[in-house]
Amino acid sequence: MIQNLMDGILTGSIISLGAIGLTMVMHMLRFANFAYAELLAIGAYAALVFDRLFAALVPVMDQAFGGLSLTWSLTLATLAAMAITGLSAVLIDWAIFKRIRQKADALSMVFASFGVALIIRNVITLIFGLKAELYSNDIAFAMVLSRDPLLLIKPDQVFVLVAALVLMTIFHLVLSRTTFGFALRAVAENPALAQVAGVPLARIIIVVWMIGGAFSAAAGVFYALTNHLSPLIGHNFLLPVFAATIVGGIGSVYGALLGGFIVGIASGLALQVLPSGYSPAMPFLIILAVLLVRPQGLFGEAEQT
Amino acid sequence: MIGIISYLAFFGTVASILAIAVLGLNLQWGNTGLFNGGVAAFFGAGAYGAMMLGGPADPLQFGAFELPYTIAFAGGIFLAALVAWAVGLLTLRLRHDYLAIATFGVAVALEAVARNAEWLTGGAKGMRGFPRPFEGLFEDQFTYNLAFLAFVVLILIAVYVGLERLVRSPYGRVLRAIREDEIAARSLGKNATRLRLEAFVLGSAIIGAAGVLYVSFYAFISPQDMAPILTFQIWAMLIVGGAGNNRGAVLGAFLIWGAWTSSGFLLAKFAPTAVQIYTGPIQYIMIGSVIVGMLLWRPQGLLPERIERTKTGNEAPGKTASQG
Amino acid sequence: MSGGNILTVAGIVAGYVKDLPILRGIDLAVRRNALTTIIGPNGAGKSTLIKTIAGLVPVSAGTVTLDDTPITGIRADRMADLGMAYVPQTDNIFKTLTIRQNLALVLRLSRRRETRLEELFDLFPPLKDKQGDRAASLSGGQRQMLAVAMALAREPSLILMDEPSAGLAPKAAAEVLDLAHRLTRDGVSILLVEQNVKQALRVSDHCYILAEGRNQLDGPAADILADPIVGEIYLGRRRMNDV
Ligand SMILES: Nc1ncnc2c1ncn2[C@@H]1O[C@H](COP(=O)(O)OP(=O)(O)OP(=O)(O)O)[C@@H](O)[C@H]1O
Ligand SMILES: [Mg+2]
Repeated sequence: MIQNLMDGILTGSIISLGAIGLTMVMHMLRFANFAYAELLAIGAYAALVFDRLFAALVPVMDQAFGGLSLTWSLTLATLAAMAITGLSAVLIDWAIFKRIRQKADALSMVFASFGVALIIRNVITLIFGLKAELYSNDIAFAMVLSRDPLLLIKPDQVFVLVAALVLMTIFHLVLSRTTFGFALRAVAENPALAQVAGVPLARIIIVVWMIGGAFSAAAGVFYALTNHLSPLIGHNFLLPVFAATIVGGIGSVYGALLGGFIVGIASGLALQVLPSGYSPAMPFLIILAVLLVRPQGLFGEAEQT
Repeated sequence: MIGIISYLAFFGTVASILAIAVLGLNLQWGNTGLFNGGVAAFFGAGAYGAMMLGGPADPLQFGAFELPYTIAFAGGIFLAALVAWAVGLLTLRLRHDYLAIATFGVAVALEAVARNAEWLTGGAKGMRGFPRPFEGLFEDQFTYNLAFLAFVVLILIAVYVGLERLVRSPYGRVLRAIREDEIAARSLGKNATRLRLEAFVLGSAIIGAAGVLYVSFYAFISPQDMAPILTFQIWAMLIVGGAGNNRGAVLGAFLIWGAWTSSGFLLAKFAPTAVQIYTGPIQYIMIGSVIVGMLLWRPQGLLPERIERTKTGNEAPGKTASQG
Repeated sequence: MSGGNILTVAGIVAGYVKDLPILRGIDLAVRRNALTTIIGPNGAGKSTLIKTIAGLVPVSAGTVTLDDTPITGIRADRMADLGMAYVPQTDNIFKTLTIRQNLALVLRLSRRRETRLEELFDLFPPLKDKQGDRAASLSGGQRQMLAVAMALAREPSLILMDEPSAGLAPKAAAEVLDLAHRLTRDGVSILLVEQNVKQALRVSDHCYILAEGRNQLDGPAADILADPIVGEIYLGRRRMNDV
């Protein structure tokens, strides 16, 4: 029970990071982007490439920090992956979504995003193969928190949770203190009014893709660090991040953060009653429950068709 | 010779079954503007529904009632329609994204059920031994396969004709009006939501019927048969053929299924083994590229929609009145 | 060249969807330091015209000129720098930000000093009292106040207002219109859309009537107010085209 709760919180922090950008682009560009979760996969694999590269160039960087499987090279690789993934997100929008947006309706955008997801996922499979990869082959030992009930936690997991919370706090400070943060929230709430108030919309959209990409990359690396890399990361996180945005209310950044934890914890606790094979379906049940009780989500405005 | 005819009959049967599913999707997406992100779920619901009702008795499993084919057929369609009704009821009054996400979710959820609920669905190994319809009437497999092809084609024609009539009726015009003009649709109020729900359920029932035919043909169903790629294939068929055009839907089904099977064949025959294990990903990239490429360069498809688009708000220009 | 006009609209054709113009050739001028009001039946295209001037609707023909500068087709976020402000009909404040943040955003984007905040609060004391609250908690009249305050923050030379009195109690409605009137005396020009015809025309200098995306009639507000036909139209007995 407590073990499931802890695992759920951890997964929740990863889902939250993935959902922050999704909720913003979904609201600003007004379409459900099914390619979004592939950014997690792009980030995780980009970090793998950079990690190997840095470790090969400067072998001393391949030293793990005590107890963690994290190394200097992986730390730098993660930052590089965040940048690369942010740029990829901007590039994909520019090359595909922006063009379709100009001549077709929102439905075509949703449709195209599925196609883009399929392409990204399988190109990753072609490059890296179907088998699961790890950043480090050293075995990371779990710490025993308690023997009865048995509670285990890996140092990597603690690190991931702390790092995710740090990222969220930084983002919160940006949102609540800076002009850029106000502008971002203004755009998230009402893009047309924000433009009238003098916010350069096109530039903000680019920045939102960058932030979304960077956070997704971090989420992808954090997942891979505590589990493993697989080309299916994007596919597996798609429904959870959508569930998080719907729980929180589309367009609400804080809603997405909270929604991510709710989805993670609910999925973790569900393991008490459901066999793990049903886990992929949990986010769907959560979505159904929200649509039934409060379709606009926790922090969302009532939205018409 | 018989080999080639056999193969063509086989190809034609599968392509026709998929074409029926594409027609169902066309009613939703092409005519009414509803996004179905879980075609595979409704296809699978039809197939599993029929199997549970008509499949051979199995002490380890619930269902498998060995009911007559017609009842199994109707039951499969009913299950697909029921799932569509539940999802539609929750999402159709909300922003269109919700339908896309919920239908995608229902596919993930039903696939999880198919994989895990062994007592109901046979789990990962699936269920086999569906009694193929009219099998007793034919002495050899070859004629049976031809007869089955004829049966499927007949149903395809019936669905096609039925949908063509529907689309051209006043009802079809209202559906298009809903698709074209959210604002006009909103003025229909509750009614628009009802009409959308009807179109969504009917389309899903047709996709379910395709699932029933699929299990009738293979006599076997497993979670693999409702994997997400099926949804993408059926979309690609519709967008290539031309959303909104039933003839295009059928054409797209045959073209894409032809491209899919022949690319699989060519890779198996000519590609080095190292590449062959990646046949799946290569084909998936093809499907993804077809979808994105069509949307970028020929969104109307090979056979564009023929019916006049309904226009609103530009009647004959009135004359300008006095300007004081 | 534009003489006493701060804004000139000439032959504007515009709409939300390609080949489906909502405005079908509109001409209009706003005199400097005057209150110009647009009236017309629902769906006439009044809001669309204002949005077009503000740069939010694609223009397919015609020109918009602000202070001798052609501004047709310029992005909405640049309009603010050119001295134009726009108060939308609905959703005209950021409900998830606090009142103070709403104003601070506009001030910071236009590089105005935050001391201007106090000046605005002096103009609208009720806003000062609630400055830390989310804008969603404001009453209808206070929301309009905040929306107008946001427009005024940058010290614009022209303000476009879309039905600022809609949904307000009669007293609050009158206050908003009086405010508009006072602002023009303080050197701001205003283009107003109103359904509240009688009250609006009483404080207006000039009036345009639109219907079906075209000019129908215009003249000094007092004349329009006295015109029996206008009354009839607003009672719905006659259609514009029969005038
Ligand atoms: N965002 C939009 N997209 C498409 N059409 C729109 C949009 N907004 C308005 N329209 C259409 O443009 C026409 C004119 O609308 P507009 O809002 O300009 O009228 P209005 O004169 O302001 O009416 P009201 O008095 O009701 O505010 C209407 O037919 C309306 O349906
Ligand atoms: Mg209006």
